[in-house]
Amino acid sequence: MLARTRTLAIVGVDATGVDVEVDIRRGLPAFTLVGLPDAAVREARERVRAAIVNSGFEFPLQRITASLAPADLRKAGPGFDLAIAAAVLVAGGQLEGAALERWWLAGELGLDGSIRPLSGVLAMAEQAGHLDGDGIAVAAANATEARLVEGLRVASLGGLRDLVALASGEVPRAPAPEPSPLRGGAPLPDLADLKGQPGLRRGLEVAAAGGHAALVVGPPGAGKSLAARRLPSIMPPLSRREAIEATKIASVAGRPCRDGTLASRPFRAPHHTISTAGLVGGGSPPRPGEITLAHHGVLFLDELGEFSRPALEALRQPLEDGAVTIARARGSVRFPARFQLFAAANPCPCGHGEGSPRCGCSPERIRAYAARLSGALADRFDIALGVEQPSAAALDGDPGESSEVVAGRVAAARKAQRVRLGEGRSNATMSDRDIAETAGLDRDARSRLVDGHASARLSGRGWMRVIRIARTCADLAGSRAVTADHVDEALSMRRRGGR
Amino acid sequence: MSAETESTGAAATDRRRSGPACPRCARRGFLLSNLAGRIERSVGERAGARARDLLALDDERLAAAIAPADWRRRLREAGAAARAAAAGPPGDRRPGEEAERRRAGAPRAAEAGRGGGGWSICAHSPLPAALDVLDASRPHALFGRGDRELLAAIEPKRAVTIVGARRAGPYGREVAFELGRALAGAGIVVVSGLALGIDAAAHEGALAGGGATLAVLGPGAERAYPRSAGGLYRRVLDSGAAISELPGAPPTFRWMFPSRNRLMAALSGLTVVVEAAERSGSLITAEMAGDCGRIVGAVPGPVSSWRSSGTNGLLADGAAVIRDARDALDALLGPGADPAPITGPQLGVEGAATLDAVETGAATPDAVAVAAGLELGSALRALATLERHGYLTCDHGGRWTRTMLQAPAPSAPSAGCGSR
Repeated sequence: MLARTRTLAIVGVDATGVDVEVDIRRGLPAFTLVGLPDAAVREARERVRAAIVNSGFEFPLQRITASLAPADLRKAGPGFDLAIAAAVLVAGGQLEGAALERWWLAGELGLDGSIRPLSGVLAMAEQAGHLDGDGIAVAAANATEARLVEGLRVASLGGLRDLVALASGEVPRAPAPEPSPLRGGAPLPDLADLKGQPGLRRGLEVAAAGGHAALVVGPPGAGKSLAARRLPSIMPPLSRREAIEATKIASVAGRPCRDGTLASRPFRAPHHTISTAGLVGGGSPPRPGEITLAHHGVLFLDELGEFSRPALEALRQPLEDGAVTIARARGSVRFPARFQLFAAANPCPCGHGEGSPRCGCSPERIRAYAARLSGALADRFDIALGVEQPSAAALDGDPGESSEVVAGRVAAARKAQRVRLGEGRSNATMSDRDIAETAGLDRDARSRLVDGHASARLSGRGWMRVIRIARTCADLAGSRAVTADHVDEALSMRRRGGR
Repeated sequence: MSAETESTGAAATDRRRSGPACPRCARRGFLLSNLAGRIERSVGERAGARARDLLALDDERLAAAIAPADWRRRLREAGAAARAAAAGPPGDRRPGEEAERRRAGAPRAAEAGRGGGGWSICAHSPLPAALDVLDASRPHALFGRGDRELLAAIEPKRAVTIVGARRAGPYGREVAFELGRALAGAGIVVVSGLALGIDAAAHEGALAGGGATLAVLGPGAERAYPRSAGGLYRRVLDSGAAISELPGAPPTFRWMFPSRNRLMAALSGLTVVVEAAERSGSLITAEMAGDCGRIVGAVPGPVSSWRSSGTNGLLADGAAVIRDARDALDALLGPGADPAPITGPQLGVEGAATLDAVETGAATPDAVAVAAGLELGSALRALATLERHGYLTCDHGGRWTRTMLQAPAPSAPSAGCGSR
């Protein structure tokens, strides 16, 4: 007898439909699985057999062939268990197929017949919503995540036995286990912790308001990492669409959403020893890298000068496109990667800076380090800011402005950009054409730029960079026009050098 | 700015009035183009000294020495090319002449006429008197693009040649840039060779200083050499000129560079070598400058650096020590002479305080704001203004340092620009 059920497979950070066909005929007892299964999928045979028996069903001692279609898609992971087991039960005549066939089934089986949660369920549920069918049936622990997709029927299964109800037209609602107390949003660290340091605060605010990639250079203890970790707290909250995307990516990467709260702005701080594949994504099948995990959030590269050259070079194209395409012989996968880049570096290898009496670096080493820094992706940064350790007086003083206050200004500036440039755009993404049409430089600002071009070695690209930053300064000040003062501020914090 | 525009305009009218080099003098350039490959083989490794000796010969002797078999034909071709170049628009030419001109190394008619195009001057136009120090090896004619008046008016006392290594370090490039900027600001014409490294930095500095700069090229002035310097070449033409002893854009040979170096050495009263290794073209230029009685200066560098071994050698041999534009002016004009102030514009209160803060070691906006007693926003604006005026530079990591430009002595409170 032949039976067919449906499930979903993760490709990149999206899901795609997979048909499971099971054929049972007489012959020596055997269970074959075809359709490019990986090791975990092949092991499904053992789990399915044990789960069926332990749920009180009968495992047919006949020749069973299970096929996963499309056959050319490499299948990975344990998520096909439930659909295979269901098809075996339908083909063996133990369950009615008509209703079951219309559900998307996604779950891993335990040997006792329980259904275990998967990662990437939000992506599957989203895809199930687009495709035709009655709804998606998932493990009880995944049901909350699947319900984030509006208008989708979600069956929550506690064990394989719940398929009986599903097959008879009911929608089982097994209760979800208690979410782990470890999860649940710890509040974001607050900018008030950053004492003194007005320059660093200003740089952070401008970067957040305009979406500008920023590089902060200063000795250890200057508050670079402290500031970076507070960047998400001053960025505007994610829209629902953005939050769903971020949650979906987190889920695919193995951090499923258990309690139904959507992700807040991701903050990723990979260590500088990270490989290129780890940073931009890769492997086979391709897995998302740090830049995709930082989608709609912040990617913080501490010790920028220590990252491997190839890894940094690989960031160029995603920074430009907001996505990365990983090509493999079996097709390519596109990962979204629209993130705010924030990097920190020491001024010299020892960290104290060339001018400091405590610096023990030789000029050669300093020069080599400077060359590394200026080579490493430097042309992708709009803002470069030198910082110092805060003075004792500042550390002893009152806390600075809180994140809430700064976030308010940033949100207002972002709103102005949205009105001018369109949904989801920021000043950092202004094209030359946008600048010509909407930058709004007044007369003085223009002549200031011309002066800067003549004497401050401002290149063509640097010119555009200054206009973008100046526009953000004007937005933060709530000014319609970009004035000479805004241009001056932008000139002082723009990144130098490079082409 | 407006004064410059006027002088360019004046040059344009002048160009029309004075016309190109006479065919007799221009023939030398075409002959050199024609014989370029032969000369290369003939001078071998010792391009510097040999090329100078060859260039001291008159046309007939030169052709006979280099191409004994067919020197008369080559001389004829060069003469025809020179006459054709002088004849004007290609429409007037007889058929076949263009092809003949091309063979002889003349620029394509379209190239020569492009965008105001090239010009040429010869002893009868006349050539700059500065070149007289070359005696017999004085060029017969020069071919150029850009501001012709700049070349016609050049005086050794108002020009400085800056040369150095192509593989220059950041130190050398910074010094060359600052020298170029400060000298140009003092009204000195900065002469260099458009090469990568020091030459390019010197030209860039002169352009940034708002002054005129002259690029002396080996293989013709009609195109940038090296090609990667195309952008710089166009900017040099916008506010200065490019010249060469050879017409058009002939194929490039090694001997063209030492022979071009003798022009650079002769045109200015002072040749400054910024960074040079032990055996390098820059040292040839310095030697040639010494030979024609010009002053040679060198910028000291670390004794451990191969990039400075040549310049430190020059200093050991008695070259003038050039630490900044002030030293260069002292060497050129005598101690204390001051053609024009090379100080920057007057500073306002905030500008002066900010400059003071950076001078005493504050490198970041926060440190500057504290040391100068300013709000962060004012400090940022003051830093930008000081950078624009050339007092400060900021590295790729956002750290501010002082340049060599001096602030004027504080005078009566005037319209300060440091605070704007």
